[in-house]
Amino acid sequence: MASTQIAELPRAQIAGRRGRFPWHIVVFLAPATLIYTLFMIYPLLDSLRLSLFTRDEAGVEHFAGLANYAALFFDSQWADRFWNALGNNVLFFAVHMLVQNPIAIGLAALLSLPNLRFSNTYRTLMFTPTLLSVVIIGFIWKLILSPTWGVAKSMLSTVGLGSLFAPWLGQENSALVALSLVSVWQWVGMPLLLTYAALLNIPDSLTEAARVDGAGQMTIFWRIKLPLIWPTIGMVSILTFVGNFNAFDLVYVTQGALAGPNFATDILGTFFYRTFFGFQLQLGDPTMGAAVATIMFLIILTGVMIYFYLVQRRLQRYEL
Amino acid sequence: MAANRPPRVSAAAVHAVLLVYTVIALFPIVLVLFNAFKSRKAIFSQPLMPPLSDTFSLIGFDTVLTRSDFGLYFGNSLTVTLATLFLVVFLGAMAAWALSEYSFKGNAVLALYLAVGIMIPIRLGTVSILRLVVSLDLINTLAALILVYTAMGLPLSIFILSEFMRQIPKELKDSARCDGVGEYRIFFRIILPLVRPALATVAVFTMVPIWNDLWFPLILAPGDNTRTITLGVQQFVGQYVTDWNAVLASLTLAIIPVLILYAFFSRQLIAGLTQGAVKG
Repeated sequence: MASTQIAELPRAQIAGRRGRFPWHIVVFLAPATLIYTLFMIYPLLDSLRLSLFTRDEAGVEHFAGLANYAALFFDSQWADRFWNALGNNVLFFAVHMLVQNPIAIGLAALLSLPNLRFSNTYRTLMFTPTLLSVVIIGFIWKLILSPTWGVAKSMLSTVGLGSLFAPWLGQENSALVALSLVSVWQWVGMPLLLTYAALLNIPDSLTEAARVDGAGQMTIFWRIKLPLIWPTIGMVSILTFVGNFNAFDLVYVTQGALAGPNFATDILGTFFYRTFFGFQLQLGDPTMGAAVATIMFLIILTGVMIYFYLVQRRLQRYEL
Repeated sequence: MAANRPPRVSAAAVHAVLLVYTVIALFPIVLVLFNAFKSRKAIFSQPLMPPLSDTFSLIGFDTVLTRSDFGLYFGNSLTVTLATLFLVVFLGAMAAWALSEYSFKGNAVLALYLAVGIMIPIRLGTVSILRLVVSLDLINTLAALILVYTAMGLPLSIFILSEFMRQIPKELKDSARCDGVGEYRIFFRIILPLVRPALATVAVFTMVPIWNDLWFPLILAPGDNTRTITLGVQQFVGQYVTDWNAVLASLTLAIIPVLILYAFFSRQLIAGLTQGAVKG
């Protein structure tokens, strides 16, 4: 999206003044380009380079080809943790796609109904969790789900479901799903806002005809509005993907760097942190960390490419 | 035939669904705010009740304010966020102006280069960022955070501001040039004031992720004097995990400023975030 738009735009023809070297262009561009290059592009490329090195006992770095990747994929010292984190991350993403985005689209569809009162108030209130830091959200839910406090249990009891309660965050088989749902609860606001804006942009003339023919709001949503907002849903999906495969804070805050219980909530972000920074007895290994970061980079890049080249291109035909 | 009639959505049902979800969204936050102002006993015996005269207590806030440096953390977060906002908006506007106004060799390539960072998370370069910050002797300084966040915020800022600047009518600039006004003056005196709403939009969606970030403060500036509020809360709660009053009070102290700001600027914020994300 970005590339094509930029390339096609008409530009003013004035380049500097009559042959003099246009210093002002350099002055305008240099500060931003320098900071961006030094603190974003250079570190990303340098990480790719570092991932091809290993460090010996003396602390000297040697070129090692793909040895780090081989270790991550196959050497059980690393591979068990790596595949575990990758699998967990896929599940984490799946929960967001299956729960967060449908809820967000459903709520946006309701909020955008014509003549709905208090629509802005609902939207503002529903967005509140998204605004708060993941650290705060993580702790809040840790307290609520804690058996010590018992808020969740007593609330379930009042609706007769008290027996369902379990210390979800502490159990290996439920911790990851519980955390994913906490994350869903926090981030629903973003896809909600985006789909809401997209739904409001649909011209009334398109839905008017259907309404005259007697179609209800349900039919109008499924048959007319939903197909029109596919591009937005595609964008929401890629934003979710990038956010999820880059997530770290929530797991770190609620479960610690070891992503307990027994690594059940370990995702690539926490695995990356432990690998390069070290934790407790495990010493930090920057080059192996760079390899993990490179894999995350490739995963995210693949997702973004799929989005740009397949989804976006196919969907643009339906754009208004 | 009744069966062929499309189902009607009743207004009451719509409001019921929206209300239920609003309660779900707000309940956990309200619960924390309620219990932060209660005695320890009341937190456990009646967690769902608001603080009443017999359960009201500020003991948690006492602990937080005497045992930690919340004022300092808050000031650090403010410094980092404001300095970054200034750089992202100002340097971003300068670059966006050059890209959208002047045709020069490599313009499209440079625009694409600067747009790469919109989608690729800067976190993935952390190993090298840490080395770079150490070699520049900036570890445990707010400057390190400001520079990294500026690099993080610039791509989207430049991208969106370029879109706005392209919409500025040609006549405005050309008539200024005919009058012999220099390029710098055109930018500072004519263009910047014109795109003020866009600058506000960019500031708004740059602000939230920086204020809330845990990753870079944890890695680049974990020292006592450079802790941001997000990191400060995380460490404080980790330390006082069994002191429920203190934990709830520290969370409340972190939540309240954000809620107050949100109460005043929610409209601009939501408009800004929507615009930012849609264009990005």
